[in-house]
Amino acid sequence: MGIAVEGAHKRFDDFQALDDVSIDVPDGSLTALLGPSGSGKSTLLRAIAGLEELDSGTVVINGKDATKTPAQKREVGFVFQHYAAFKHMTVFGNVAFGLKIRKWDKARIHDRVHELLRLVQLDGLAERYPDQLSGGQRQRMALARALAVEPQVLLLDEPFGALDAKVRKDLRTWLRRLHDEMHVTTIFVTHDQEEAMDVAEQLVVMNNGRVEQSGSADELYEHPANEFVMSFVGEVNRLGEHFVRPHDMEVVLDPDERTQEGLVQRIVTLGFEVRVELVLSDGTEVWAQLTRAELQRLELREGQIAYLRPVQAKSFNGSSPSIPNGASTPLGSHDGGDAGLPAAV
Amino acid sequence: MTPSAPAKWGLRGLAFGYLGLLLLAPVAMIFYKTFENGFGPPIEAMTSPEALHSIQLTLLMVAIAVPLNTVFGVACALLLVRSRWWANRWIDAIINLPFAISPIVVGLALFLLYGNDGWFGPTLTEWGFQVLFSWPGMVLASIFVSLPFVVREVVPVLHEIGTEQEQAASTLGANGWQTFWRVTLPAIRWGVAYGVVLTTARVLGEFGAVTIVSGRITGETETLPLFVGRAFEQFNEEAAYAGAIVLALLALTTLLLMSIGGRKAKASGAPVPSGGEVPVPISTTKEGS
Repeated sequence: MGIAVEGAHKRFDDFQALDDVSIDVPDGSLTALLGPSGSGKSTLLRAIAGLEELDSGTVVINGKDATKTPAQKREVGFVFQHYAAFKHMTVFGNVAFGLKIRKWDKARIHDRVHELLRLVQLDGLAERYPDQLSGGQRQRMALARALAVEPQVLLLDEPFGALDAKVRKDLRTWLRRLHDEMHVTTIFVTHDQEEAMDVAEQLVVMNNGRVEQSGSADELYEHPANEFVMSFVGEVNRLGEHFVRPHDMEVVLDPDERTQEGLVQRIVTLGFEVRVELVLSDGTEVWAQLTRAELQRLELREGQIAYLRPVQAKSFNGSSPSIPNGASTPLGSHDGGDAGLPAAV
Repeated sequence: MTPSAPAKWGLRGLAFGYLGLLLLAPVAMIFYKTFENGFGPPIEAMTSPEALHSIQLTLLMVAIAVPLNTVFGVACALLLVRSRWWANRWIDAIINLPFAISPIVVGLALFLLYGNDGWFGPTLTEWGFQVLFSWPGMVLASIFVSLPFVVREVVPVLHEIGTEQEQAASTLGANGWQTFWRVTLPAIRWGVAYGVVLTTARVLGEFGAVTIVSGRITGETETLPLFVGRAFEQFNEEAAYAGAIVLALLALTTLLLMSIGGRKAKASGAPVPSGGEVPVPISTTKEGS
């Protein structure tokens, strides 16, 4: 059950949008497709909805092969980044659209629409036109419209992409709660790793038309399969072959055999967190994330020399983003490449 | 860029002067001349059997050519914008032909095609169809010269609205036909409406092409513009001016119907179209048409 895509290929002229993509979305789960623009995540979502035809591969929705089924018969709810509101219809008309197509009788449509408008907190705005709503309200209307027909799956294409930061945060909290209530299998596309980690139970990281890795937010953060995933799901410094998260960079004033010398270029205080930017002797620019207390203890100043000690680092053999499995480090550690760094990198 | 005050007034003066001299003055002159001796003479001129027949025939042209070109125009615009086909660029170019060809040339072409020596003429005559010197030929000429307007108005609006609303409709279970009637057509209605106004105006006023294919038989194949032309040539100025006024009134009626329709849509709460969609047509000029 749920959604399964197998061996999906899709080419647009000379652009390979999907290159042998397979994903498995468990029934009732909330999954994020995460990736930079052009990674194929929206194409994959549209292929699941039937809005894009695959060159090859299959789409199975709740156990039924839907590969050849047209969008109108797939019973998916789709929410577009720019809402795709029917501008000439009221909020009521928009939400009722799918029900009218299904020839429900008037009284039933009325009840169902108002039930959904209550759910998305738009009751009372039923007679407004989309132009008279804010972006967040329009997106909630679009969501109500998609949910009205009780879709088997709910697909959201960068649903919060066009909204400002505050509304975006509210809506994603709200979406997670809604999902907890409805339990409809949901996939949403985003390029924002924080948003994906905040909302989704499962993440699928895509790049260049391929799936780089899928798993829970913790799995991806702790055990990234490759350099791409590691740098996409969080901040990362590169030290030669090794990748270190800024919070795994220890800054000390006395050198030893495991530290590297660096010149403190800039100290940025972001509330509780402090960002220390350094240049190493070979010209590499890195940054370390410290707490305010640590900074005060070290009495760091811009322009002084400090020493960096990576607490935890990763390396990926060949370090190519398309290699699916994280290789072990030269130190031969067991858990997917985590290792302390040697003195000289 | 905000122009300086003198430049602003200069531009306004230029616009007003240009319109006044080249558009308003001639039209005003016709009104003045028509009603110079009161309402009696023009009414008398326009109630003669020939005049009434020419009005009827003109309305018949509109009644046939405008719906056909509207349906074709919308379908063709959908084909051009919503499908990828190698022939689309050719269709796009061919549709502009009526803009490029002088109406009199259109008339001659139809004459050659449907004449006794033409490709279609002999066969149609055999079947008992009289195309030339009769209303079918005049309808053909009217369709030809007014063909591009709906397409040209609807194409940019279709581009403007994009495909997302249509895709949303399909994910909600609507088939192609339902999507067209419930989503696409309402979204492009202003483009269609403006195209209809322009098509109607063109058919009402067509002279060149119709002159040739009609044979100008008074009381039979004489449309209102032909009536005005003949009256003018025969120094029957009263009838010429009165006929011109009726033509102008018919065109104004079309515009008026459109804007009443628009205001009704607004009163019922439908949003005022924005962006590339055309607001109430009577008050705006549209770029690119």
